[in-house]
Amino acid sequence: MIIEARNVGFRYGDGNPVLTDVSFGVTPGRSVALVGESAAGKTTLLRLLLGLRRPTSGAVLFSGRPLPTGHRAAREFRRQVQTVFQDPYSSLDPRQKVARIVAEPLRALGFPDHAPRVAQALSAVGLPTDTADRYPHEFSGGQRQRIAIARAIAVEPTVLLADEPVSALDVTTKVRIIDLLAELRATRGLTLVMVSHDLAAVASLCDDTVVLERGRVVEEGPTSEVLGSPRNPYTQRLIASIPRLPR
Amino acid sequence: MSLLSVSELSVWTADGRALVNGLSFSLPPGRRLGLIGESGSGKSLTTLAVTGLLPPALRASGSVLLDGTQVIGARNLDGVRGRVAAVVFQEPSTALDPLMRIGRQVAEPLRRHQGLRGAALRAAVAASLDEVALPARVAQAYPHEISGGQRQRAAIAMALACRPALLIADEPTTALDVTVQADVLALLDRLVAAHDMALLFVSHDLAVVGQVTDEVVVLSAGRAVSSGPLHEVLADPADDYTRSLVASARRLDAALDLSRDVGGAA
Repeated sequence: MIIEARNVGFRYGDGNPVLTDVSFGVTPGRSVALVGESAAGKTTLLRLLLGLRRPTSGAVLFSGRPLPTGHRAAREFRRQVQTVFQDPYSSLDPRQKVARIVAEPLRALGFPDHAPRVAQALSAVGLPTDTADRYPHEFSGGQRQRIAIARAIAVEPTVLLADEPVSALDVTTKVRIIDLLAELRATRGLTLVMVSHDLAAVASLCDDTVVLERGRVVEEGPTSEVLGSPRNPYTQRLIASIPRLPR
Repeated sequence: MSLLSVSELSVWTADGRALVNGLSFSLPPGRRLGLIGESGSGKSLTTLAVTGLLPPALRASGSVLLDGTQVIGARNLDGVRGRVAAVVFQEPSTALDPLMRIGRQVAEPLRRHQGLRGAALRAAVAASLDEVALPARVAQAYPHEISGGQRQRAAIAMALACRPALLIADEPTTALDVTVQADVLALLDRLVAAHDMALLFVSHDLAVVGQVTDEVVVLSAGRAVSSGPLHEVLADPADDYTRSLVASARRLDAALDLSRDVGGAA
């Protein structure tokens, strides 16, 4: 397992539990979706996987070991695990040129030779080289999400944690970003952990699906089975609610 | 005669760019129309122009007739808004006053437009909440104390309070969870049918539009690029933009089928 949640429980302060006994594992190279609606605990779980919060009970493991706390170990974790967020408008600093934005993890992790790595990352996400000298506001939502993905892959991580990476995008753009993520997985062997409420995106991208309801795992398994023939009543209702195109 | 008749509607910025460009469509009483477009297509500006709510920096030209009243250039639309047309927006929180209990907010349009007071007003509020399937206790709640789906139901109750002939719904379920979206779409469908209302349903999502109407106009960059029955637009898109929109929507829709087939075979 490259990432594993083992009996994870979490509550904010003295509040009600947000996550209860959540367990799942991700093997290297797989793509796993964490699926659920508001208040399912998806975002909290992602924060735990990133080490931004500690579980109240249970453990989050990276390569079989608890998430690092020390500066040096955390640095290695950051090199291996990078993130893409939902909103490409708020996740990119508007005052910085794209070159500087994409180079941010390279700087933070002490990589040399930023310019060629930035150029390589931009090319990998299908953006022209002159993108580097421009500002985020000059780009559309889909292009911005490509810039955010370029930033995430610049340090050549093994795991991408993506929080609703296509949910804010128009449908034509969404399909293209799904294709890009699929291509990056195929060419780089990236492990993908994606939090999403968009089941069409999940079905397009993820081998496995974990369904969360009110902080508990109610169903998990291969996406084709979980979304194709769901056994849990909540999963069934979720899938039945998706509006479908008329035949 | 059409309840809503939009003819050569354009919306201009101060520096003379057209954000909506020569848009025409009409909606007879009791009929439904879906306005489909992605971000920047001008669909929300169209709903604002139709209800005379454009921000001052934008200017509309052309003609918008709402039950015979010319909206463009009108100084006072009090007689038209609420009575002829009411709007439900994407984010119910923006339609609700955070400091006022839901019951008082639903009572406000009933008091103003129907002149109800006292026990009659309380009974009308209870009936309004019941109609959108909200429990009576929600009347005592503040907006933050209820869920997003309940807030949108409350906003729908307020929009329906004056029995408008036309309901304009601008992405009314986009901010909601998918299970809640299904319930709110079913509610809108039922209420629009029960009260013989016309419906202008604005959305980026072809499948969502397909739940409530079969007649659509597709907007791209401020222009209507195709229109007609949804099944025809889906089967035979008339232009490049619609073709790519339909292809993308079809692909995401098919992704859900594929997993179903694989699951069935396993």
